[in-house]
Amino acid sequence: MIAAIAFYVFAAILIASAVMVVTSRNPVHSVLFLILAFFNAAALFLIAGAEFLAMILVIVYVGAVAVLFLFVVMMLDIDFARLREGFQRYAPIGFIVGGILLAELILVIGAWSFADQAEELRLSPMPEGSVTNAEALGQILYTDYVYLFQAAGMVLLVAMIGAIVLTHRRRAGTRRQDIAAQLARSGSVNLRSVPAGVGLRELGIERPPLPEEEKPAIAHGADHGGGHGGHH
Amino acid sequence: MGRIMAADMGGITEMTIGLAHYLTVGAILLVLGVFGIFLNRKNVIVILMSIELILLSVNLNFVAFSAWLNDLTGQVFAMFVLTVAAAEAAIGLAIVVVYFRNRGSIEVEDISTLKG
Repeated sequence: MIAAIAFYVFAAILIASAVMVVTSRNPVHSVLFLILAFFNAAALFLIAGAEFLAMILVIVYVGAVAVLFLFVVMMLDIDFARLREGFQRYAPIGFIVGGILLAELILVIGAWSFADQAEELRLSPMPEGSVTNAEALGQILYTDYVYLFQAAGMVLLVAMIGAIVLTHRRRAGTRRQDIAAQLARSGSVNLRSVPAGVGLRELGIERPPLPEEEKPAIAHGADHGGGHGGHH
Repeated sequence: MGRIMAADMGGITEMTIGLAHYLTVGAILLVLGVFGIFLNRKNVIVILMSIELILLSVNLNFVAFSAWLNDLTGQVFAMFVLTVAAAEAAIGLAIVVVYFRNRGSIEVEDISTLKG
């Protein structure tokens, strides 16, 4: 009884907020109603017994996807009034297509039933006893469906790389390291082959003059420092 | 709750919530998503949100069937749908940002200027 009342309340709010998502004048309001819709869908998942997916929906959708939408809507400076121009023009055909689709779906739902063998054809039946939903999902997700899990990770990786590649741009005026230009550069740096054990002083090449003569003990150390400095 | 087996699917009394309730909510949500795509032909961000609504309705159906058949496969697949939806939103919004940077608007109808 309580579950039935909760289902009707959550379903009503879900559908109402979905209506507001598609008809709202301001896309910021649309995103906020989308967040409300996700919360109510998570509640419906909870009523159906899928606690893990409900939490995933709240964390991933509300926490990441909806905030991403909010980010983009607020970041782009969009003239929202102009975007509403075709609203009335497309509403009738939208009503027609949506009405036909809904009528067909209601017909299908009304005249449909499970096959007799549905119970035997289950791929991964829910374990009996006091196994939580998250535990049961984890037991099959990392064993039976490990390839699907890896594929999901690959999808996310490709999406991440794709989003970075798409939105990354080179601004004019910033200085960046151009490795190819560095390697192709010639003339300004002379490369010499230096035999092992021979210092640059013995070869008598390319050494900035030392500031002044110092004591021999320190001069030995300064030799090394000078050798490093000569590369610059 | 979700532990009713196949034979009870049609037997909806006024107290219990059956599978048909979930499927009806999912169907309405899907139709609203399609309607939103038609209604907001110009605003590509709302179109992306409508696609999210459609995918949410798909997930609702998966979870409902999973609960009523006592089969966890539906929930695993719903997780995969969630992953794909998140990736799709990220890529779609990246395309929107790039398009806005190039054109200064996000009107989808302008994209047809590319056709010869």
